[in-house]
Amino acid sequence: MNLVPLYVAIPLLAAFLIPLLGMWWKKSGEVLATLSTVLLSVMAIASIGAPAVVHHMGGWPFPEGIAIVSDGLAVLLLIAVNVVGFLCVIFSLKYMQEYTGLPKYYGLFMLMIAGMNGVVVSGDLFNLFVFLEIASIASYALVAFGVEADELEAGFKYLVLGSVASIMILFAVGTVYAVTGTLNMADAAREIASRFGGPEMNPALLLAAAFFLMGFSLKAALVPFHAWLPDAHPSAPAPISAMLSGVVIKSLGIYAICRIFFHVFGFAAGNPSSVIIANAMIAFAILSIVIGGLLAIGQWDLKRLLAYSSIGQIGYVMLGIGIGARVLATGGARSLAALAILGGLFHLINHAAFKSLLFLSSGAIQQATGTRDMKRMGGLKERMPITAATTNLAALSIAGVPPFSGFWSKLVIIVAAVKAGHVVISSIAIAMAFVTLVYYVKLQREVLFGAVRGAVEKAREVPAVMYVPLIILAVVCVGFGLLYPVVGARILEPATDALLNGAEYIKLVLG
Amino acid sequence: MTVYFLCAVLLMMGLYCLVAKKNIVKKVIGIVIMDYAVNLYLIIIGYKHGGLAPIVEPGMNAQTLGRFVDPLPQALVLTSIVIGLGVLSLMVAMCIRMYEKHGTFDMSQISKLRG
Repeated sequence: MNLVPLYVAIPLLAAFLIPLLGMWWKKSGEVLATLSTVLLSVMAIASIGAPAVVHHMGGWPFPEGIAIVSDGLAVLLLIAVNVVGFLCVIFSLKYMQEYTGLPKYYGLFMLMIAGMNGVVVSGDLFNLFVFLEIASIASYALVAFGVEADELEAGFKYLVLGSVASIMILFAVGTVYAVTGTLNMADAAREIASRFGGPEMNPALLLAAAFFLMGFSLKAALVPFHAWLPDAHPSAPAPISAMLSGVVIKSLGIYAICRIFFHVFGFAAGNPSSVIIANAMIAFAILSIVIGGLLAIGQWDLKRLLAYSSIGQIGYVMLGIGIGARVLATGGARSLAALAILGGLFHLINHAAFKSLLFLSSGAIQQATGTRDMKRMGGLKERMPITAATTNLAALSIAGVPPFSGFWSKLVIIVAAVKAGHVVISSIAIAMAFVTLVYYVKLQREVLFGAVRGAVEKAREVPAVMYVPLIILAVVCVGFGLLYPVVGARILEPATDALLNGAEYIKLVLG
Repeated sequence: MTVYFLCAVLLMMGLYCLVAKKNIVKKVIGIVIMDYAVNLYLIIIGYKHGGLAPIVEPGMNAQTLGRFVDPLPQALVLTSIVIGLGVLSLMVAMCIRMYEKHGTFDMSQISKLRG
């Protein structure tokens, strides 16, 4: 029995049933969303270490059917999406009570998870686009869920830029189809390798690659495509901010870039176009790290600070992957490429844990104090010890203080950059790691420590249903740092192998 | 070749409308134009002058089969139109809500967030 299609089917069914049953049963959202996300998380965690599987939808074999593929890379993302999704649902149970229309909220939430899981397991270019749109439409609506002036404006901005990205991606999908005559990723990869594997890349394919890179970078909010993120993430309800920053920008942006460029286009040594693409990735990554980090320092809105920090941290993820791509494209050592990509993927899953933790904490703080303005906070650890402790852990982790997880992933990325000979890039990355430390020290000093003042005076600790997800995520943050040998060998290395071995992916899907 | 060029012109017109217009309804129209330009592009990819409808009947030889229009892009366009409709309805719904809040469609008067 092949369980992979259930990653899409379960949340899609829940998304359909919740608003329908919600007409008579007020609690439909809470119950069904919790049940289905628990089930999905268990499935995702149970699939660690399982061999890669391919499912042909409806029993149609290649080339008629659509392939659903779960390999090491997909498992990594499935774990991140579904576990963070589950914890966000638990947090929502209490946090979202002040909103109306909850069945719609949970319905859209499950639709977003269905879309993300679909993007991750899809083995077909157009299918990937469809799932990308499902997840995007759900997230546009969820950003604007509060229907206040700010939420609507941020949602509209996100919608407009997201639609432009989708149009670019669809254009690129059409171009790949026009050149290769297939939409199956593995088949397209085989066509591209056999017909255009030489020193010259087909200009149409290069155009498609550029459109793919722009479209997915917009979804991933890499600078210079980041304009929507600092508005959209703070305006959304806290669990949605956590989902957006924690997993949406990764599964729709970074994962899609990895899958398309490593598996479909491929980074062949000696192909100048591959070097151009890899250089563009590194350039976007460095811009994101620098601009996201510098803009974060000046923010006084707690959630805006976190949003700018997301741009900077996603830059680190992209930097690791970009350096790996460049090493492959210039014919460098495979082990070095593996190291860089491992660092990138490790930072991806770490960021999923600590950024969703920070956004959930910011939601708890906002609910307890009624404000997001850091100037009106201080001494939170006196009034809300548990939230303050978990926030502190996440801040230390993301700032790269050893022995927490963020330190190790940044270290791996920087070591790989130095080994690949990018001295300037790695020194920028190190300098910006200190800037990250600066703005999280600011967060600690202004919000957590010091004398109790401002809005914090009347604050009380949030109920257990809200702080338990925070504690679980904090344990994950510490665990990824201390138990790296287990996490690395069981989750990250299979993902890195899957990403590097494009030939294996083709063999897996085409049989 | 000309049709591809015209298709690109249509895409750029949509992009211009999106970037240059301040009225949010016109921005929505710009996105719809871009969407249609890409749909048109997909259709052009599958188009064949003097082509036949791709329905296989017994007794057809290889030459006839070779004259079939590629049906796959048309299937893609149908899906893409449906997705575009979903996005469009969400955009229009947000425009109406924003009009209720601000009493105007002018983005420069609505905009408060700094990006």
